[in-house]
Amino acid sequence: MLNPDDISRRLETILPTVEKPGRYTGGELNQVVKNWEAIQTHVALVFPDIYDLGMSNLGLAILYDLINGRADALAERFFSPWVDMEAALRQAGLPLYSLESKHALADFDIIGFSLPYETLYTNTLNILDMGGVPLFSAERHEQHPLVIAGGHAAYNPEPMHAFIDAFVIGEGEEVIHEIIAAHQAWESSGKLRSELLRSLAKIWGVYVPSLYTAHYEEGGVFESMEKLDPEAPLPVVKRIVPKLLPPTTNFIVPYIDTVHNRVPIEIMRGCTRGCRFCHAGMITRPVRERSVEEVVNAIETALSKTGFEEVGLLSLSSSDYTHILELVTAVGEGFTGRHLSISLPSLRIETFSVELMDALKDARRGGFTLAPEAATERMREIINKPVSTQQLLETARAIYSRGYTTIKLYFMIGHPSETIEDVQAIADLCKAVLAEGRKVIGKRAQVNAGVSTFVPKPHTPFQWTPCDTIEQIRDKQELLKHAVRGPGLKLSWNQPEDTLLEAWLSRGDRRLAEVIYQAWRHGARFDAWHELFRYDVWMDAFARIGLDPAFYTHRERPIDETFPWEHISTTVRKKFLMEDYLWSQRGKTRVDCRQRCFACGILPTFADLRRMNPGEVWQCPEVKNKRIPVEEIFALEHVRELG
Amino acid sequence: MRIRIHFSKTEAMRYTGHLDLHRAWERWIRRAGLPLAYSQGFRPHPHINLGSALPLGFTSQDEVVDIWLEVEIPQEQIDEVLQHAAPPGMQVNSVIAVDEHLPTLQSLLQAAEYEITLLEPLPELDARLEQLCRAESLPRQRRGKSYDLRPLVHALRRLPDDPSGQQRLLAVLSARENATGRPEEVVLALGGEPALARIHRTRLIFQ
Repeated sequence: MLNPDDISRRLETILPTVEKPGRYTGGELNQVVKNWEAIQTHVALVFPDIYDLGMSNLGLAILYDLINGRADALAERFFSPWVDMEAALRQAGLPLYSLESKHALADFDIIGFSLPYETLYTNTLNILDMGGVPLFSAERHEQHPLVIAGGHAAYNPEPMHAFIDAFVIGEGEEVIHEIIAAHQAWESSGKLRSELLRSLAKIWGVYVPSLYTAHYEEGGVFESMEKLDPEAPLPVVKRIVPKLLPPTTNFIVPYIDTVHNRVPIEIMRGCTRGCRFCHAGMITRPVRERSVEEVVNAIETALSKTGFEEVGLLSLSSSDYTHILELVTAVGEGFTGRHLSISLPSLRIETFSVELMDALKDARRGGFTLAPEAATERMREIINKPVSTQQLLETARAIYSRGYTTIKLYFMIGHPSETIEDVQAIADLCKAVLAEGRKVIGKRAQVNAGVSTFVPKPHTPFQWTPCDTIEQIRDKQELLKHAVRGPGLKLSWNQPEDTLLEAWLSRGDRRLAEVIYQAWRHGARFDAWHELFRYDVWMDAFARIGLDPAFYTHRERPIDETFPWEHISTTVRKKFLMEDYLWSQRGKTRVDCRQRCFACGILPTFADLRRMNPGEVWQCPEVKNKRIPVEEIFALEHVRELG
Repeated sequence: MRIRIHFSKTEAMRYTGHLDLHRAWERWIRRAGLPLAYSQGFRPHPHINLGSALPLGFTSQDEVVDIWLEVEIPQEQIDEVLQHAAPPGMQVNSVIAVDEHLPTLQSLLQAAEYEITLLEPLPELDARLEQLCRAESLPRQRRGKSYDLRPLVHALRRLPDDPSGQQRLLAVLSARENATGRPEEVVLALGGEPALARIHRTRLIFQ
């Protein structure tokens, strides 16, 4: 294996020949380089897309900070090389190397992949291959790194089960330390690799796929998941941190432009709204908030360490943060005159949102984003994002009258029971919003409509529903392309093929691992990049394995079907999701669960954690009595055992 | 107040381009807590003026930037806070206050001096240099446009080989607007390969 000096020397002549070589050098401000030889555990943190995207990922920054905060471990970064760099590295016979110390991927003890979305799967294989690590978990031996993965896509780990030794289900801040400890204990024990995997499976939130086997019915429908090891947990319950840690303020400052050049501060985790299409909203419960003081202090510290000119206050629904007005006022007053731009995404559709943006005193009055997701009140009730059209138009008027010239409207097509009238309504609503703008600021008013296609996600109330076919998607997009045009209107949409890939993989089972492998072997990578996505390669891969992609996307799943991801528990019970799905068909909505607990399953499972963290830190009701109704408990015994 | 800073751009920032260098300067000044002046308007721009774009992949020991601050601050203090907040790959060499009304750095720039290290030796290098210097004209093409490299080369000579035996050259090239000699073009004209040359700017020469 080449050592870091060899790699650095050979890079000398490669880097001048590739596009944006700054992606591949490391050495930025706040990067952490430790003495390799003096450190016991070497962790490779991988975001399997290019540097420009990966450097904006908050999860990676948090883990980097936590691991490097330990005296006995180090974390270094890996990203996907763009196609020109991949070709150059392969031609020169160089392995993929870390940005910090230029060690090859295979030199690390633990490789942790961030998998926020499914279209990174072929890149994951490609990185292992370029790093000199066997692709299949079963082919790795004691001398190979442990390959783990986490992130939102890991909530259905099955399509990637063959390549990842252990998945982290849920939040990584605590579990990463336990994984490192388990690795260190195993290393000093000198035992077989299988013992490492078994010890990992005992950690709350860790799923080791090789300890289970899947059974299918004759027609190919998933039947059950069987444990191969009596000690393996079933189900595997997601990990949460009972109280959010203080925000990370150590951010690496890239020397080249990246997608978000900013200090990201998470103000709240989880969401109480219960939008039925929303994967994040279902899997990140319960809602936990940070205090205003903690957020403001973190901004101050991070700005002085980085010099960034932008701050992002991140959450799934900013308006729902309990002390939002206090927060934006404190930020607005605390940081005026510093030429900062502050983003506050995911605001509710109400005039109060405009007041919040005003309080931030962000001088830029560019676009204001609203996400009604659907254009008719009927459809918004089905997806449980009830807001009246009248309220939306009032909000639009308020936005235009406060100096904004552009409103971005986000919609999805392909919601369950959507008719062509619902699609037409998107165009009508865009025009109605534009008309409001014209009344206020005349011809300067602009509406940009972003229309994506709904992909049903596992662990959500819509996990039973079929995804639109390519023909349905095309018809709907054609309608919109004709209807949303003219001065002041702009439309953007996703290519239907890109949507289908996400749909196959989202609700896939173990058999897709072979499809992913075949697709990668025949050239699929950067599937998230439309210009590189190879639909034909994927179709060929399905054909070669003898699977029908439509089985995963267009089939309406019977209400009593068992899903291949049910052994992964978000603790939101299937019964709750099912009821929500049935309610959606009747247009019945649920209010924000801060107003009323719907017993989704979080609280019974994590009652002890809630009791230990009273008050506003969690937004679930307080748990006072020790007795929990047994029939409500999903997997509670398991959590107790681990806790 | 207008401040002129001479600085180095070294290894860690070799592949940071001109626009990104501008941004790195803005962040550096912000970290240092200096009250950088911004333009008025819808999207205020920081008042930073870089003397000369350094091509991607080059290092330099003498770049120049002018920055404007909203209030008067002693030079020594500016120097100190900048040193303290320096990112890897950049360092301050000198800080002086200059007249607000001086012309822009770009309009004063005349020439630039480079050290070129060849990672692989060029045979008969001395003969090649002599031939290039003696030539009356050196017609070349760059991005589809023909031009004459020769008048842009003010000086070109050999330096002693570096300790590892790699050949080194010194070149002084024109750096006036619309008359910029590029060191990698000189390498090409000598029959070398730019990807196998390390180029280090040693000096910017102003009017």
